[in-house]
Amino acid sequence: MDILLPRTLDEALGMKSDHPEAVPIAGGTDLMVEMNLGHRRPPIALDVHRLPELRQWRCTDGTLFLGAGMTYVRIIRELPGFTALAQASRSVGSPQIRNRGTIGGNLGTASPAGDALPVMAACDAEVVLAASGGRTRALPWHQFLVGPKKTAIEPDELILGARWRVTRGPGSFSKVGRRNAMVIAIASLCLVLDEDRRAVRVALGSVGPTVLRVPQAEAFAAGALAEAGVWDDPAALLPPEVIEAFGERVAASARPIDDVRGTAAYRRHACGVLARRALRWAIEDRQAGPAGHGRPAGSWGARC
Amino acid sequence: MLIRLKVNGEWHTADAEPQASLLYVLREHLGLLGTKNGCEQGECGACSVWLDGEMVCSCLVLAAQAHEREVRTVEALAGPEGLHPVQEAFLEAGAVQCGFCTPGLVVAAADLLARNPSPDEATVREALSGNLCRCTGYVKILDAVRLASERLRGRTA
Repeated sequence: MDILLPRTLDEALGMKSDHPEAVPIAGGTDLMVEMNLGHRRPPIALDVHRLPELRQWRCTDGTLFLGAGMTYVRIIRELPGFTALAQASRSVGSPQIRNRGTIGGNLGTASPAGDALPVMAACDAEVVLAASGGRTRALPWHQFLVGPKKTAIEPDELILGARWRVTRGPGSFSKVGRRNAMVIAIASLCLVLDEDRRAVRVALGSVGPTVLRVPQAEAFAAGALAEAGVWDDPAALLPPEVIEAFGERVAASARPIDDVRGTAAYRRHACGVLARRALRWAIEDRQAGPAGHGRPAGSWGARC
Repeated sequence: MLIRLKVNGEWHTADAEPQASLLYVLREHLGLLGTKNGCEQGECGACSVWLDGEMVCSCLVLAAQAHEREVRTVEALAGPEGLHPVQEAFLEAGAVQCGFCTPGLVVAAADLLARNPSPDEATVREALSGNLCRCTGYVKILDAVRLASERLRGRTA
């Protein structure tokens, strides 16, 4: 095995172009596990962890760009106003893992259980890829994540980061696992409300070959909020049977399998529970306003 | 490959296999046996060290990634004036049984108290959530962190 230690992004892209078989390593929280257990021995590892270009985030012109090298701990510290993203980041592994694991690693590994992936899917994120010679392209998340641990990245490309249009409105990430730390999700869900478009967006993790969106349930929830007058009046009540029906629709859209962590039936049930809770939280958050519930000021109004 | 890294204030050079982890280099090349090899999957926290000031599982760091960087291990906690307050508190509270998890837990507790000298219980549990102990049931470990927190606050007060 060879190790490549580029100091700049340009140098890294040149190396990736010369050695397309090189496997990028950032925090090592996925790749090193496989190497330590003898499951994988890449011919070349390309260390992208110290590339300064990947370790940044920008919030400009209404768009958030998260560099691939952003660790979960930095998201928690630096972007607490992006509630769902910060919650997903807090749910990753342990302090040690959050200090090392990166957004780019979550995307590159493309596990159906990747904790940040439902957030990026619910936010309609694009994944930004680069190759040497100044070539870059952006793929919508669903064109990038094409199957379990499969992405559309070309062998000469590296992940620069992800970006999405920042919307106004509450959101949350929640996850079911056997304990409260160091756990791979059995089911996870991100729900965000887009106040300006009066839309509800929901993404599910760990219950399909990739992260899933649930358009039919999303439209149902947005319509129900409109019918109940909640968009105009945060104090208006959404009938409990509507929240129940939303949970059923989300559960019906999941595509879970039985595996060591849980059965398909349990996962589907969990999706319904998470969906109902997330919708209730979003409604409560609207009632409390953007700085309610002890969140950082301007929380769900985080703007770029 | 030759890896040059600063460990506990001193520069070292190790001729390591390219696939070696930082944990392997610390233990097998530099003889720093305080850092333990538990699960090699980032689950148990026994290999916790600081890399450029950030607590990490050294089993998940490719040794080459620590090239030209600064590592602090559990061995750096005790000074000429004696044990670190967290180490003293672990001894006094009886937070050590077999001792295998202890270095990692001491590092995690010291990491927490350096950032937050007065953590509440939920914060302590969260900060130690990446460290497994199969003997104590954690009660005395939590007692030890509380004791260390009181002492550290007493010193700065």
